[in-house]
Amino acid sequence: MQKNLFIGLTGGLFVLATVLMSQTKKPAAAPGGAKASITRGKQVYLEQCLACHQVDGLGVQGMNPPLVKTKFVLGDKKALAKIVLTGMQGVEVEGEEYHGVMAPHPDLTDQQIADVLTYVRNSWGNKASAVTAGEVKAVRATNTPPAQ
Amino acid sequence: MQQFIKKEVFRKAACLTAGLILTGLVSFAGRNNGGGKVSGRGNGGGGAKGQPAKTTDAASQLKLPSGFSAVTVVENFGRTRHITVGPGGAVFVKLSKLKDGKGIYRLEDTNGDGKADKITGFGNFPGTGVAISNGYLYATTDEDVYRFQLNAKDEVLNPDQPEKIVTGLLSRHEHEAKTIALDDKGNLFVNIGAYSNACQLQDRTKGSPGMKPCKILDSAGGIWEFKAGKANQTYGDGHRYATGLRNCVALFWNKSTNSLFVMQHGRDQLHDLFPDIWDTKQSAELPAECMYELHDGSNCGWPYMFYDQLQHKKILAPEYGGDGKKTVGDEAQDPAAAYPGHMAPNGLVFYTGSQFPEKYRNGAFIAFHGSWNRAPEPQKGYFVVFQPFKNGKPSGQWEVFADNFSGGPEKAASGRVDYRPCGLAQGPDGSLYVTDDTKGTVWKISYRK
Ligand code: HEC
Repeated sequence: MQKNLFIGLTGGLFVLATVLMSQTKKPAAAPGGAKASITRGKQVYLEQCLACHQVDGLGVQGMNPPLVKTKFVLGDKKALAKIVLTGMQGVEVEGEEYHGVMAPHPDLTDQQIADVLTYVRNSWGNKASAVTAGEVKAVRATNTPPAQ
Repeated sequence: MQQFIKKEVFRKAACLTAGLILTGLVSFAGRNNGGGKVSGRGNGGGGAKGQPAKTTDAASQLKLPSGFSAVTVVENFGRTRHITVGPGGAVFVKLSKLKDGKGIYRLEDTNGDGKADKITGFGNFPGTGVAISNGYLYATTDEDVYRFQLNAKDEVLNPDQPEKIVTGLLSRHEHEAKTIALDDKGNLFVNIGAYSNACQLQDRTKGSPGMKPCKILDSAGGIWEFKAGKANQTYGDGHRYATGLRNCVALFWNKSTNSLFVMQHGRDQLHDLFPDIWDTKQSAELPAECMYELHDGSNCGWPYMFYDQLQHKKILAPEYGGDGKKTVGDEAQDPAAAYPGHMAPNGLVFYTGSQFPEKYRNGAFIAFHGSWNRAPEPQKGYFVVFQPFKNGKPSGQWEVFADNFSGGPEKAASGRVDYRPCGLAQGPDGSLYVTDDTKGTVWKISYRK
């Protein structure tokens, strides 16, 4: 994970540095690498997510949340994949309530979900590591689709 | 409800920089995008984040027909939703998010310049609906309706002791706002929006079929009638006045026809859910946002059909076997008027004043909050429309009355607009009040020859 972080040193001295946090387990690389994944993910975004989260990823006030620098988008990849697989409702995002519905997308393939999330995590000013199909697969395996 | 503010702001980490190993405290504090809640976080208007606050002149930004002018009653007032004006001229706005702990504000202009100079807050509950009838101010949460008694000077008698009139209405996140209208015979009409887009087994999910019958209609997706003066009513005390209405944020009792008019928010996502039937352009335009004149027992057909204003037909919904062409019959009432899709009519008022020119009398003003479900096509709305009426029926083409809430065509197209019109009310002097719930602006629009 590559992140710009503020490093605070004791003694009140703060040094800004770019930190590369190498991952302990390297997941299998996406076919064609992260760049290709982002390109494919954009296509998935246009078809599956744009209507609600909008072209600029900033969502709709009171309805659909932004996907820009939220803790969900930049945070734990398992939790993120789970949101796309099983949906989400009634959860505050960055302190705001949203009254739209995040529909589940179990019909998307592991690769499509990995691609769209990699795209989201690297667009509109977001910068975070790629999501792989293997990671999505693992999440899917632990989640039975919701009843109904 | 999930807390978003993480207590854990600091975190220890081992960092490798330029070959040096530094051990320190790593602060994630810079992560709180855009500086927190106060600044518009860019999602739906407000200045884009990071930009310095521009001194826009909210009053002169509006484009109005000649002879009309606007002043702002208040600005930067929060989530100002519906609005009503007392017989003495005091303005009451309902906020969907508490401002300084209060959900209703009384705005009085004591010196006649149009601006509120005496402002008092009360009602510790957020919500959208507010209306005055017969000496009482009615106001809603997403589950209840309260009322406060007013005196002859539009002052609230017991601001801390509202009477609960209706309680326990269904609110399941989607289309949650309860909005109200009252007739002259002591009846209260409440919009209970459907907590769904099209009554699919799984909401907004591709391939999920429509519920048959749509169970939602038992307790939502319609207008319920209650007694305006009876305390603690629940569903059992009320009566489903009209059904088959997805969500009608805007409703108003028309005194000249003696009937209830509503504006329905039409369904979303025809293309997303049925890309083989509708392309993105058709899906942006369809279905119509419909005006209905209701009577006891009206059924307007949601979720089984929608109104296609291009074909002028009541189309069978795709979740129920529709193909974009099959129609339904008289089981669904015809709309009184139809407007382009997704523009989100949030405010409705019939003009009975004599200040505006004759053509406006008994016609309808409609506040279109503006669309989101037209993407990737340009968004639309963000204006107040005038719908001419003749003999109690819409007559003639609607026209944009107050425009440029968005701040320009580009902002309107992207949906990143300055203001979104929401509530409408007529003052005793015949002026028209409009709210914006993005920044919290209230305009007073007046006419002078
Ligand atoms: C029908 C509208 C809709 C569609 C389509 C949709 N979302 Fe969402 N999404 C929402 C809503 C509404 C929420 C917030 C739910 C809540 O607050 O409980 C949300 C929440 C999220 C979140 C977590 C909150 C945040 O803003 O960080 C992520 C991530 C997300 N969506 C990604 C996606 C992706 C990726 C797609 C496409 C595969 C997608 N969404 C499609 C409406 C939608």
